[in-house]
Amino acid sequence: MSKDFTWSTGSEIAAAVAAGETTALAVTEQLLAAIAARNPTLNAFTAVTAERARAKAKAIDVSPDKSKLPLAGVPFAVKNLFDIEGIATVAGSKINRAHPPARRDAELIERMEKAGAVLVGALNMGEYAYDFTGENVHDGPSRNPHDITRMTGGSSGGSGGAVGGGLVPIALGSDTNGSIRVPSSLCGIFGLKPTYGRLTRARSFPFVGSLDHLGPFARSVRDLALSYDVMQGFDADDAACVDRPKESVSPLLTRGLDGLRVAVAGGYFRKGASPEVLSALDGVAKALKARDVEIPQAARARAAAYVITATEGAALHLDRLRKQANDFDPAVRDRLIAGAMVPSTLVVKAQIFRRWYREQVLALFKDCDVILAPSTPVTAPKLGQQIFTLDGVEMPVRANMGLYTQPISFIGLPVVAVPVALKPLPIGLQIIAAPWREEVALRVAFALEQMGAVSAPRPNL
Amino acid sequence: MPSPPLDAFIESAAAALDLPLDPAWQASIKANLDVTLRHAATVAEFPLPDEAEPAPVFRA
Repeated sequence: MSKDFTWSTGSEIAAAVAAGETTALAVTEQLLAAIAARNPTLNAFTAVTAERARAKAKAIDVSPDKSKLPLAGVPFAVKNLFDIEGIATVAGSKINRAHPPARRDAELIERMEKAGAVLVGALNMGEYAYDFTGENVHDGPSRNPHDITRMTGGSSGGSGGAVGGGLVPIALGSDTNGSIRVPSSLCGIFGLKPTYGRLTRARSFPFVGSLDHLGPFARSVRDLALSYDVMQGFDADDAACVDRPKESVSPLLTRGLDGLRVAVAGGYFRKGASPEVLSALDGVAKALKARDVEIPQAARARAAAYVITATEGAALHLDRLRKQANDFDPAVRDRLIAGAMVPSTLVVKAQIFRRWYREQVLALFKDCDVILAPSTPVTAPKLGQQIFTLDGVEMPVRANMGLYTQPISFIGLPVVAVPVALKPLPIGLQIIAAPWREEVALRVAFALEQMGAVSAPRPNL
Repeated sequence: MPSPPLDAFIESAAAALDLPLDPAWQASIKANLDVTLRHAATVAEFPLPDEAEPAPVFRA
């Protein structure tokens, strides 16, 4: 009987395929079987591209270059806002189901497959990515693999559930205000939100162009680095993609912590956090000998991100709101209609504040290389839960799970989300670096993984 | 800070923007607009110099 690869990392699978210990097809069949068995429970996938995956896996198995492919035979899946050739890009909506099938894969899918990875399907998400829960009124909620009565977090909920639930070793998602980091936290996996402008968004469905990022999820830091490395590179088809040379991080992971100065965010980033979140944060901060730092005006940064999101999102969807308002998730519709009514003066003010805040936060990186912060204020809430209590105040879950992620993505800083394997539910922390310093955050994450301080716990499914 | 009187504003804005407005949605839209405007007010009240530029700077 062949080895079980359903909880293997991508790098372990690629090594086994390259060495001839297994085949890309055998691994793909195992993962397709896992999806067939577990997806009815987890509801992570909205489309499974089984025939395409088998054809791709067979092509890798006969490729003379397979030993040189960094992701040879590694199955992966993408949030359903990535274009997949032949499938309509629904972006979690009912409305986009009427779109014609995409004519070409998203650029990041093409780059992953060029490196040997095998696309196995599209993943559930909150409608139009305006979501932190992973619930979807059209497709049903994605379910947390550690407790299927609980949320995955969103909006990349299916990405979190698929990786955390052992359906794929690597998934891709998007993060506008926290949609990679929140599901990583609730599902107990690693996630990378790179610097704004680092990875191309070409042929993916947008939400808030000035805040949208794409990035990978995985169960190991090495898999984040491997997939990130193959996805880097300029692309003129994304207006925000910055023309920088590729900066491979995989060879740098083992450099350790020498010379790195670690800080931990206080003030705003502790207010409202549950005791288990603070205990996880303090444990990691102690292991890294972190000193305290205050990120100035973080609450205002979050407020400004909120305003820009509501208004830019409304501009994107204005025509659909006029013509098809009843086809939206009502919660998304009402937020977007409200966003359409915000005076433009206030949006400009938010963008002016954004530049000022960026300068203040960048100044902090003169004295430290990474800043630690929680990813979410709590572990996974129950599905359907509307309200939670943070710091004694009742707040809506859907809008507030991103309390700690929004002030960071607001200025495009790279973040590695790392899981602390608490029982019964995991919790995630952010390792935040200066722009274009993904390698520093990944080195710290790798060192923590080597120490055993962070890891993706295997659920009982 | 008391809630501003938003109902008339919402009705006028919906008409001006040619947006549908079902009476059943109005309370939810109002709650969302109220939160968004409160967030915007905390940003707008923060003093910055007249020369402060917005984050996206157009380059020809």
